Amino acid sequence: MRTAHDASTYVAAQRDAAADLPAAGRRWLDQCRSAALAQLELTGLPDQSNEDWKYTPIRPITREAFAPAQAGSDCPRQFVVASTIPNLDSYRLVFVDGFWSPALSHLDDLPAGVTLAGLGQMLDNDPARIEPWLGSALGSEPHGFIAMNSSFVGDGAVVEINAGVVLDKPVELLFVSGCGGSGRLSLPRNLVVAHSGSQATVIERHVSLLENRSLSNSVSEVIVESDARLTHHAVQQESPRSFHVGGLFVRVGRCAEFRSTTVTLDGALVRRDALINLDDEQAQARLDGLYLAFGRSHVDNHTHVVHHAPNGVSREHYKGVLGDRARAVFHGRIVVQPGAQQTDSQQRNQNLLLSRDAEVDSKPQLEIYADNVKCTHGATVGQLDEGAIFYLRSRGLDQVQARRALTRAFAADVLERMVPTALRSYLEQQVNDRMQAVSEIER
Amino acid sequence: MLSIKGLHAKVDDRPILRGLDLEVGPGEVHAIMGPNGSGKSTLANVIAGRDGYEVTGGSVRFFGRSLLSLTPEERAREGVFLAFQYPVEIPGVSNVAMLKEAVNALRKHRGEPGLDAMDFLKLARERLKLVEMKEEFLYRSVNEGFSGGEKKRNEIFQLAMLEPRLAILDETDSGLDIDALKVVAGGVNAMRGSARSIVLVTHYQRLLEHIVPDWVHVLADGRIVRSGDKELAVELEQQGYGWVNSGADQAVEVG
Repeated sequence: MRTAHDASTYVAAQRDAAADLPAAGRRWLDQCRSAALAQLELTGLPDQSNEDWKYTPIRPITREAFAPAQAGSDCPRQFVVASTIPNLDSYRLVFVDGFWSPALSHLDDLPAGVTLAGLGQMLDNDPARIEPWLGSALGSEPHGFIAMNSSFVGDGAVVEINAGVVLDKPVELLFVSGCGGSGRLSLPRNLVVAHSGSQATVIERHVSLLENRSLSNSVSEVIVESDARLTHHAVQQESPRSFHVGGLFVRVGRCAEFRSTTVTLDGALVRRDALINLDDEQAQARLDGLYLAFGRSHVDNHTHVVHHAPNGVSREHYKGVLGDRARAVFHGRIVVQPGAQQTDSQQRNQNLLLSRDAEVDSKPQLEIYADNVKCTHGATVGQLDEGAIFYLRSRGLDQVQARRALTRAFAADVLERMVPTALRSYLEQQVNDRMQAVSEIER
Repeated sequence: MLSIKGLHAKVDDRPILRGLDLEVGPGEVHAIMGPNGSGKSTLANVIAGRDGYEVTGGSVRFFGRSLLSLTPEERAREGVFLAFQYPVEIPGVSNVAMLKEAVNALRKHRGEPGLDAMDFLKLARERLKLVEMKEEFLYRSVNEGFSGGEKKRNEIFQLAMLEPRLAILDETDSGLDIDALKVVAGGVNAMRGSARSIVLVTHYQRLLEHIVPDWVHVLADGRIVRSGDKELAVELEQQGYGWVNSGADQAVEVG
């Protein structure tokens, strides 16, 4: 039996690397890192005795000691070009194993009032600008992996939209992992600040250069100030052998609107946490999610929406398609704090099982401490409708075509609302490609 | 063309068809009438190949070939079409997507090249007119949110797109008002032809005023108990089905 590589592996790695992290020696930052490190050391990596990890064993990850990736690995330009989304006009920041690559990025004609940069560069050159934001949406570290990310915090994306600025094109953050070889750990930390009244769309995509095993631990913090509208799409399409943990931590201000779509297409084990704090009155959030899991993949989406103030609206709709022996977890927690009256909250989780051996654990959890609210939730797990399959077959579609059409239709409505449309078309194609490859659609 | 001999079928272990014989020639329109529970819809579903209908005896041959060993899609590709009594709603699959895949599956089976988007749309627009449907119906999810009449018109539109050699219309008149009935009948009549046989399964005579059959058969207790021309339908309308049940065992096939 092989030794499990637990938190101590990463605590030791952090101590080795600490002095070389960006802006090391700056007190507030050192304190952030060491507090997170202490937390990682104290709580360790999460295990199944932790209720939030009950259905997600991390043994596949702890079998190996992933080494923090080094800056400067090579990612061929052709790969980046080939990875782009057709017809998507964007400002693009590219990250190689978590490190910003200005050479591969595309920031031409960036309008005034918008900052797009690498976090490492900002920490070195203008740390005072980062200090108020870093960790502010995250709050306390929810588990060991997030603490690990915070303890190494160094590079990633900074997106800052000044008050009132409406960004004309989406910002695309492309994270390419596996560039430095097999067994690497990348740890990007992204910071998105949409100041009052601004509007922007950020697309976060995770891809692998090679089909090797890697661990990505990616954390994004998003602050949406009053009256701002921010859309965030996260797309996980790393190698089917890769591991991905990460989270999205958001604060939404007065009359502000946050929308997100979390799409998980690939990965051996994927765990994504989302924490959305609706801080002030009339804050709104829409969270959509789509996860596909085949083979022996495991996908875990953990969402946590907190209504802190009156008249907030949240809409959450996650859908999953599972085949083979895949497993998925959805945990949707909604908390309505005292005083958050007139909260209007809806949550739905729907799962389609294409094989008998696939399994899903869906756990809605409402905690309501205000008395005048409207909250609904629902979870379903089902198979394809045999009546619809027969209908399509009676028109001449074979089993495979019929099952594929119905599976695509199930997945499609999460993507339907997505803007920009180029991203939506791209994802529809990606979903179709995976359906095409799936054996048990053919029964 | 369609030759059914001594057909026995069970649903949930209950015998429904008990020795049914039916011969349908090319270009003919046959009406199958009968009281509720006589096996009309079972016959339609057995021919189309729906799961849960167990054939326990007899044969169904289509152009000399046994249909019973074929999958539903193989039957469709051979030119069998069922207009459903209760068309299924399929959210997220558009009419146009389903029909394009279906039309091209049938064409491929016949060794013809697939239609490209332009030719397909041209054909679809033309056939929509037969049932007075607007083009927007192409882009809506199959039957989703359609009224009863729209669903039935959509069935006939699909019939017109797929150009089957045998169309079975299962209670297509049920739930239609007179205007919708005329539209549906108009669509069916437009698709009548020497290469297309039609079997109308219906409880009421009123559909047969608009789609005039060559033959009328009375189904009772899982068998054809009487056959005749269109006058038989009128007779049934006047006398009801009471005589059928009481006299089924002694009934002699005529016509």
